[in-house]
Amino acid sequence: MRAFLLGLALACLGLSAHAETVAQIVATHAADIEKPSRTTIGPVISDLAASGDPMAARLLEAWGNKQLGERKSDKTFFLLSPDPAGYALTDLTGAPAGTAAKSDITELKPNAGVRGLIASALVQFTLSDPDPAKRANALTSIAQDPNAESLAPLRAAIDGETDPTLKAQKQRLERLLTLRFDADTTARVTAMESFGADTGLDLRAALTPLVATSRMASAGPLEGKNIAREIKPGRDLTAVEAYDLLVADGSAPARITHEDQEKALADHIQSGSVAGFPVSDLSIQANRDRAYTALEAAGQVPPAATDDEVAAAITAHRFYEVYTEADRVITDAATAALGKISLKVGVLQVADLGLDGLSLAAIYFLAAIGLAITFGVMGVINMAHGEFITLGAYTGYVVQQIVPGYTASLLVAFPLAFAITFAAGVAMERLVIRHLYKRPLETLLATFGISIALQQLFKNIFGTQARPLTSPDWLGGALTFNDVVSISYIRIAIIVLAALFLGFFLYLMKRTRLGLEVRAVTQNPAMAASMGINPDRINMLTFGLGSGIAGIAGVAIGLFAKVTSELGTDYIVQSFMTVVVGGVGNIWGALAGATMIGSLQKAIEWLNPSNTLAAQTYMILFIILFIQVRPRGIIALRGRAAGD
Amino acid sequence: MTDTTPPAAPPFTLPKYPGGTGAGPRPSAALTPKGFLARNPSVLWFLLALAVLTVAVTILSPAFGMGSMSTSFVKTLGKTLCLCLAALAMDIVWGYTGILSLGHMAFFALGGYMIGQWLMYARTEEIVVQSLATSPIPATAQEIAQGVGTQIFGVVGGSDIPLIWSFAHSLPAQLALVVLVPGLLAFLFGWLAFRSRVTGVYLSILTQAMTLALSLYLFQNDSGLRGNNGLSGLQNLPGLAETSQDLLSIWFFWASAAALALAYILLAWAISGKFGSVLRAIRDDEARVRFLGYPVEGYKLFVFVITAVICGLAGALYYPQAGIINPAELAPIASIYLAVWVAIGGRGRLYGSVIGAAFVSLLSSWFTGGRAPSIPLGFYTIDWVDWWQVLLGLSFVGVTLWAPKGIGGLFDRFRGLRTPDRKGAPLGPDEGSLQEQEAVE
Amino acid sequence: MKLTRRSLLAGGVAAFAAPLMTTRVFAADDTIKIGVLHSLSGTMAISETTLKDTMLMLIDAQNAKGGVLGKKLEAVVVDPASDWPLFAEKARELLTVDKVAVMFGCWTSVSRKSVLPVIEELNGLLFYPVQYEGEESSKNVIYTGAAPNQQAIPATDYYLNELGIQKFALLGTDYVYPRTTNKILEAYLISKGIPKEDIFVNYTPFGQSDWAKIVSDVVALGADGKKVGVLSTINGDANIGFYKELAAAGVTADKLPVCAFSVGEEELSGLDTSNLVGHLAAWNYFESADTPANADWIKQWHAFTKNDKRTTNDPMEAHYIGFNMWVNAVTQAGTVDVDPVLDALIGQKFPNLTGGTAELLPNHHLTKPVLIGEIKADGQFDIISQTEPVPGDAWTDYLPESAVLESDWKDLKCGMYNKDTKTCVQLKSNY
Repeated sequence: MRAFLLGLALACLGLSAHAETVAQIVATHAADIEKPSRTTIGPVISDLAASGDPMAARLLEAWGNKQLGERKSDKTFFLLSPDPAGYALTDLTGAPAGTAAKSDITELKPNAGVRGLIASALVQFTLSDPDPAKRANALTSIAQDPNAESLAPLRAAIDGETDPTLKAQKQRLERLLTLRFDADTTARVTAMESFGADTGLDLRAALTPLVATSRMASAGPLEGKNIAREIKPGRDLTAVEAYDLLVADGSAPARITHEDQEKALADHIQSGSVAGFPVSDLSIQANRDRAYTALEAAGQVPPAATDDEVAAAITAHRFYEVYTEADRVITDAATAALGKISLKVGVLQVADLGLDGLSLAAIYFLAAIGLAITFGVMGVINMAHGEFITLGAYTGYVVQQIVPGYTASLLVAFPLAFAITFAAGVAMERLVIRHLYKRPLETLLATFGISIALQQLFKNIFGTQARPLTSPDWLGGALTFNDVVSISYIRIAIIVLAALFLGFFLYLMKRTRLGLEVRAVTQNPAMAASMGINPDRINMLTFGLGSGIAGIAGVAIGLFAKVTSELGTDYIVQSFMTVVVGGVGNIWGALAGATMIGSLQKAIEWLNPSNTLAAQTYMILFIILFIQVRPRGIIALRGRAAGD
Repeated sequence: MTDTTPPAAPPFTLPKYPGGTGAGPRPSAALTPKGFLARNPSVLWFLLALAVLTVAVTILSPAFGMGSMSTSFVKTLGKTLCLCLAALAMDIVWGYTGILSLGHMAFFALGGYMIGQWLMYARTEEIVVQSLATSPIPATAQEIAQGVGTQIFGVVGGSDIPLIWSFAHSLPAQLALVVLVPGLLAFLFGWLAFRSRVTGVYLSILTQAMTLALSLYLFQNDSGLRGNNGLSGLQNLPGLAETSQDLLSIWFFWASAAALALAYILLAWAISGKFGSVLRAIRDDEARVRFLGYPVEGYKLFVFVITAVICGLAGALYYPQAGIINPAELAPIASIYLAVWVAIGGRGRLYGSVIGAAFVSLLSSWFTGGRAPSIPLGFYTIDWVDWWQVLLGLSFVGVTLWAPKGIGGLFDRFRGLRTPDRKGAPLGPDEGSLQEQEAVE
Repeated sequence: MKLTRRSLLAGGVAAFAAPLMTTRVFAADDTIKIGVLHSLSGTMAISETTLKDTMLMLIDAQNAKGGVLGKKLEAVVVDPASDWPLFAEKARELLTVDKVAVMFGCWTSVSRKSVLPVIEELNGLLFYPVQYEGEESSKNVIYTGAAPNQQAIPATDYYLNELGIQKFALLGTDYVYPRTTNKILEAYLISKGIPKEDIFVNYTPFGQSDWAKIVSDVVALGADGKKVGVLSTINGDANIGFYKELAAAGVTADKLPVCAFSVGEEELSGLDTSNLVGHLAAWNYFESADTPANADWIKQWHAFTKNDKRTTNDPMEAHYIGFNMWVNAVTQAGTVDVDPVLDALIGQKFPNLTGGTAELLPNHHLTKPVLIGEIKADGQFDIISQTEPVPGDAWTDYLPESAVLESDWKDLKCGMYNKDTKTCVQLKSNY
């Protein structure tokens, strides 16, 4: 099979195949190989591929992997492999050539474009390579740069494929290439129809170029073209665009620019006036036009299209959108296929948006759940909540510096982050907040002071540079349903974590002694105290709990975003919004608030995709208005539990 | 509304000094009508201090005197006076009325933006007209507008003048906007918020959201106010290109001092009367005042709007001295600092807020200016640039916990006034009623 | 308690009085003062602190060589705290109170625009070391960073010619540098025959962390079969979330290359780069440049910071070149007065760290080679393309209103000269 392919390659480039060795070709084109450019290196690569030298594939592979080097002393090329001495060298005949120190060798670093060409050239060698990884690479290379030449070798390589996944890939790729490049129209249409409403990006990428259109103008009916539709100036395109089309194909004169007009007028000033118009009057555009027309009439300036002439020229022409593909059958089939696909894609996009919104909601919920406890249940405004989130994230970072292995370090980081922020929360409650329970506004200010101080402390300790908090490999990548709907594993993990917290919180509040006591103290501290509950202790624990959860949220947020001293600040206002919108004192409220804010923000982003800032502004605006309608939030407590 | 004095406790009718609710009941004084200044000796003291400062700065300034004070320091002082003016407004809305607004710096910045539009437009127009004058054909109005657009917005990748610059060519119009824009925004926001009885911390968070939304909006380039770049070069007044900054800085200093003095007198007068009593009553127990028949929402809205306008004016004086305004000025943190100043200076007394703003902002610029000497501890050197924020944050906690009267409380100490010590016990007969009282007493 | 209050009060009085009595004790006239105007706190401290250290190192090294004009150099470091108005205030202080001979500073464009009126009024001299959006040439500023034609345009050419990109996603943080750069790039791409609908532009706020939607939007651009490339002017730590999302979405450099103009060695140190191998950055300097001068420079930097892991980056090289040019110009002019030094500066030549020579042009920009690097797994860059030195262009040729402008401080003595009407549009800059 390999021999056949090689033969095929040789046949393709029959003329240049007078058996030059790889070494000879490289020597001839040394300068090009040192500094290759995609635009010029093509022939060299084809020559190499077609040389018939068994070293060709090895050389190309090494070159593409940045393992080709040039010895500085004598400007000869070698294949490099790592060696204690620097590099182990292999010369271009495949013989080992000793070693060389790193400083003696210039590594060749072809850019990605050149590497793409190399990969394409390698396809013929590797499409049936015994190594499945190389076969997969070859397929990737064809998929990235589909061309008519790949079709034949690809078809030839399908039957011999043993790996079922690769075989499926090859067959799909073959159909994609067929629908674009096959000579037979029927085969192309069949290939198109074989996909149905497949939403693959590669299929859309193959179909869309077939229905590409360009605009054309014509004085009469357009003959011999595959017309997509007729377009009307004023409806489908602006008059300016229409006229530009006419100017572009030479059927109308260009309009005069503002500057040219001014220049022409200035050139014809005679004793303080232009064509009878005093210069001082020319500060009005209409007068300038009149003066220019006068000059035009006198033949002193070249005629330029005026507005009337432009309008006349446009009405005299008809405008069309014309397919670049000449075959009507193909364009019709492609349009039909795309029509089916686009409906499905639209539905899937909404689903994807939903997933995005869900994951954003989970992040907001995670950031806000601690607040839902401290603010929602206890009524304590903790502006330093954001800094507790940061503290958790930095804990994760420090643990990762000490504990090897990302998975193990995360397992340590989560409880440790909880413990540290729990302790910080308890300390803050004991030292500051306890004294301010009767003065909520003061709590707000005092905790704000703590927030400022903590933030600066983080800066002093960890610097202002963002710190890495890396997720383990099993959280890398994304769960891809198809080319439209996908969600990264880290976001799934955050959604799961949020759900876990919700469950934990509900369990704690409804099913445990502590939860009972917390609810009792919240509703009536004096009565609770007389029932033998120590409100001080409960307040302390509750606050610690809320802070501890913030710490865990910090680790999770740090995993997908950045760890800086300002991490918490980004979430604090949103978190308060979440709690306030959802309804204070109710975990379901926080959930509802997070869901609403998250999905709303995504929806606004979807409507206005080029500006994410606007989405945030409109969302806050919406929240302010929403509070007007439901001042107590989505889920409002009623009766005695509502407190004030 | 009936014209009866609220039958509340005597402290409401007799402020010992502006802002304070009085150190104790002195019913006899309430019966003897006295002049405004006699009842408020602190106003005179304040004006005197301000006058001394103004004269001193003038004498030391490079423009009129010895020049031993640098122009940049004159500007710093001028700006500080504007901040004091904003703090004064904050004190009225928070210290007297009990509305902890975390959005008043938004009004301050809006005032700056409004005056900035004129400063920028007029100065650029001058330059454009001058450069177009060299052409043999007189420039059309469109050409001038286009030139101005390119000059102002070319920097941020645009060239058209947005609609919100429609009045930028006219100083009177923009001056009116300095008052109208913050005023209307405050009216709209306040009307919505107070109408639906949003109070306490909810209101604080909502005001914070307002300033955040506004700053995010202005951060966009499409907002038409040059996005993150903001408006710059504001220190150069149109038509006064040849006037040196030495002179301009002292003019602005005078203007700021005059504005501060005027506002101080007006506000001291307003709150020393019945109006002030109602405000304090609202702060202490909103529900009770409402039951007495006062339109609480109206009072709150009025105060909110008036203070917003004062902040807007302060901003309009501040930013020509700062030279540049950008959306970072509206960040929530700025408004929180305003609250910090007032709290450190002492809430509920006008001079307290002024002292707080001046003290903290000057100290802040001293510490962050790299002028403060580092403290070597042997194993570690305390660099004030790094540690000033920590100190500020902690001192803020300290003030709220142990010295709710702030620096102003020192004056009480000199005069032998004492706060009743209740050891954290509820401040009034009914626990709910006095929660919001800001513990001045 | 008492103590605290009193000491606070005392501190306050001291703070107030200190600048009043500020006939500051000047060191005797045997030093030349150099202002360092970089934020040491606030959001920009992350980038600018490094440049402050660079300046201190350069000044130390120069003093070890005997200073300039027989005088020692003295650094006056101030902290504008990432607060734009404060930049103007500090610049004024440096010029009027400390009377510095020259300033090195600023990072963001807005901070430069804030300083501009002050230095133009007081005739100061500022070396600005960061790549920027161009469209400016002040008499009092030397731009040692890249203009768009020294970074963005060559990178775009690389995309067009080497990678064959047909569809462009211009992603940026919403502020002046990305806005202007993208405007220039759009005009450039259209002039290269890329239709407007194939250019996708998106702006995000500073510190954006939620990138899922934007990344999937960009991936979806490939639906019409055109090869898509991203040109990123995303600034600062927003990059971290962006690259993490790219890695999670499995966007490899082969499928969809991302070329960043604001991501260097320093920014990558906050990231695990193993998933980002092959994505690109365009700069005038990379730490991996293989020259003896660069090796010395890195060694000196590590010794000065006592940290073998501190990376070097492009703006540091800009300060290195700028500082040395200033020293040479002062030596040549025999004075530190701004005007003679400016005259001597134009035409100064100094070797780059990446090889070749930088020359200061009459428009106050440098000639610099443009390097394009591919991210490696260790956070460094593989330099895969290095051009000949490109002269920096203050006014871009790709926007009609700027194409007619040029800047020449040598013969025309004008930063904004209209070539058509042959007039100087204005002497001072726009800010």
